[in-house]
Amino acid sequence: MDFQLNCPVPLRHDTIQMAHGGGGRMMRDLLEAVMLPAFRSEALDARHDAAVLSVDGCRLAFTTDTYVVRPRFFPGGNIGELAVYGTVNDLAMAGARPLYLSVGMVLEEGYAIEELRRVVASMKAAADRCGVSIVTGDTKVVDRGKGDGLYLNTAGIGAVPRGLQVGPAQVRPGDAVLVSGDVGRHGVAVMSVREGIAFGTPVESDCGPLHGLVRALLDGGVAPTCLRDATRGGLAAVLNEIATDGRVGVEVLEADIPVIPGVEGACEMLGLDPLYVACEGRMVAFVPGDAAARALEILRATPGGEGAARIGTVTEKGPGTVILRTRLGTRRILDLLSGEQLPRIC
Amino acid sequence: MCLGIPGKVVDVEEGPLRLGHVAFGDVVKEVCLAFVPAARPGDYVVVHAGSAIEVIDEEKALRAFEAFRLMEGP
Amino acid sequence: MRFVDEYRDAAAARPWIEAIRALVTRPWAIMEVCGGQTHSIVRFGIDELLPPEIRLIHGPGCPVCVTPVELVDKAVAIASRPDVIFCSFGDMLRVPGSGSDLLEVKSRGGDVRIVYSPLDALKVAQDNPLRKVVFFAVGFETTAPANAMAVAEARRRGLSNFSVLVSHVLVPPALEAVLSSPQRQVDGLLAAGHVCAIMGTGEYEPIAKRHRVPIVVTAFEPLDLLQGIHMVIRQLEEGRHEVENQYDRLVRPEGNLPARELVREVFRVKDRAWRGIGVIPMSGLGLREAYAAFDAERVFDVEGVGGPESPHCRSGLVLQGIIRPRECPAFGTLCTPDNPLGATMVSNEGACAAYYRYRRHATD
Repeated sequence: MDFQLNCPVPLRHDTIQMAHGGGGRMMRDLLEAVMLPAFRSEALDARHDAAVLSVDGCRLAFTTDTYVVRPRFFPGGNIGELAVYGTVNDLAMAGARPLYLSVGMVLEEGYAIEELRRVVASMKAAADRCGVSIVTGDTKVVDRGKGDGLYLNTAGIGAVPRGLQVGPAQVRPGDAVLVSGDVGRHGVAVMSVREGIAFGTPVESDCGPLHGLVRALLDGGVAPTCLRDATRGGLAAVLNEIATDGRVGVEVLEADIPVIPGVEGACEMLGLDPLYVACEGRMVAFVPGDAAARALEILRATPGGEGAARIGTVTEKGPGTVILRTRLGTRRILDLLSGEQLPRIC
Repeated sequence: MCLGIPGKVVDVEEGPLRLGHVAFGDVVKEVCLAFVPAARPGDYVVVHAGSAIEVIDEEKALRAFEAFRLMEGP
Repeated sequence: MRFVDEYRDAAAARPWIEAIRALVTRPWAIMEVCGGQTHSIVRFGIDELLPPEIRLIHGPGCPVCVTPVELVDKAVAIASRPDVIFCSFGDMLRVPGSGSDLLEVKSRGGDVRIVYSPLDALKVAQDNPLRKVVFFAVGFETTAPANAMAVAEARRRGLSNFSVLVSHVLVPPALEAVLSSPQRQVDGLLAAGHVCAIMGTGEYEPIAKRHRVPIVVTAFEPLDLLQGIHMVIRQLEEGRHEVENQYDRLVRPEGNLPARELVREVFRVKDRAWRGIGVIPMSGLGLREAYAAFDAERVFDVEGVGGPESPHCRSGLVLQGIIRPRECPAFGTLCTPDNPLGATMVSNEGACAAYYRYRRHATD
């Protein structure tokens, strides 16, 4: 009996479930069943974090993202910073220099203006740090009880250097798989304050910009074949996306994947796998194998990339599959989860 | 079944319900210590679903490790 | 982390693998009873390290997997009520009942919350005095003390808005059922370390004798599991059938006496249905009459709620070690983690989900 990995299963639910936004297989199925068939275009089919578009001979990267994080303030960041860095990062993952952002706000009736000021101030600070301008926006207010205080949407455009091709289709067997730092911090930082799963932890979110790392790689003469920031679904989701969209196999070494002790401890305790826990300031870079050492050197010398590590290699075997070599030397599939990872008791 | 994680008792708060803080690496969580009345700060306990279920016998753990090492042979 | 990292050391594992290879002279089937052990075995790929003579069978020790459909349906019915806050361990949320699951209840507006500990649910009750707070008390012997404590504390604190929906099961009667089956395939057992930390090892002596089966109480890390397997194989090869304790750093022969006492005070032993297996006599726990006020099945009228299991799901046979997940016709086709028919495909430690996630391409 064999499995067809890419066989689109009819959607099981007729209403939206939380797992449809969890970065796992259910989200992918929803996109494939509802959104992609309707919007089909060449840029969309590239399945990248940002669309790369040619406008009058210039190549522009264009992306959008919406932020609904709860709590809005968490150790190491807040929803405003996240909204700026998230979109800057999506642009950077197309190899683009981020330029302009828009901000859409959905405010709930009764939301404290004082908090809104704090969010806006940190958005401004984050934009300054990334060298981008917030140039247009929109504000809507919904009835009390119809929103969660504040939702943010940001869209952004950036300029893609001439000749640069970054995306899943560029990935080749033999490419090295690098990660820009330790994984799982954002998810653990958020979980640590969310109601219901209250536990004290010194872990701060990794929420931060990645465009500097990408710039450093390009300036240093390293041309990545693919870049992707790890967000929902964690490192495992990114690796699976690239393996599927690039039709390659990926093999990673568990022992080489950086995880800080606080994240590891929290995950052990809750029965979670840190490879599926969200990041907000980490990217996975695929680079040609012979450029791996140089790329790693550059990343480690650049702010935000100090903890960079090589975690694996792209293979010809098993296109669409991510294999994890465990600490004990055995191999297992690192699959996409169905939906959100739930803490387990047993 | 029954995910149990070893952690080090940091402090104990006696009361109608014996509680305390337990450190799992860098992570500290409040835990029910009612079932380990002898546990003191510094002891290692295994925690399941928010309750410590037993104290780890460090001497026996050490001895088991000697057995592990013996296995490595000459 | 101490007592974790050192038990995952690849260099220390190698000699154990060699020792197991040196010991084995013929095929043996060993059942790891506990789903936590299954999880570790699959996560670390331990079965790949073993010689081909040794076959590991994944046992019935996953409380999420054996909670009967009827109780999931009752949970769904209770959680759907607007006056209820329904608290549960995370892994129960995606377990399918006959029509729906708790995540779906949440998406329809039900107040369903994940808690880490039953005492967290108690705190929810204290913080929401106008709502009825129900905790889904599932588990084996290991979880029973924590669940008993939540009920005892609710009574002590006079919380009248707290109740528990109990689905507590016991390991020894399930082992009896597995070992008595005419289709029995099991030669030796790794008993569940944390269950024995509470209950001790005494209950297993008569089982080992009666069924002439070696039982080794075993912990959950790779080195523990390898040592436990080594101990079982040694007994099998030497023709012994005793209870041995690999996990003696935690498990005392008498178990945890204060925990056992509280469990006895709050719960009584009763017949229980196991999902996919059916009713096993005296195999579970229910609240004692003195605690009836905290019994969600009495607080809410859910008598008669509950539909049938999927006719395609063979999880009962999987749980008893009679078939492997891949031998179920629905595995990977009708039944996937996105569309699970049985709980073994849902729970992180369910044998079917573990196989689907980690072993899909293995030739097995």
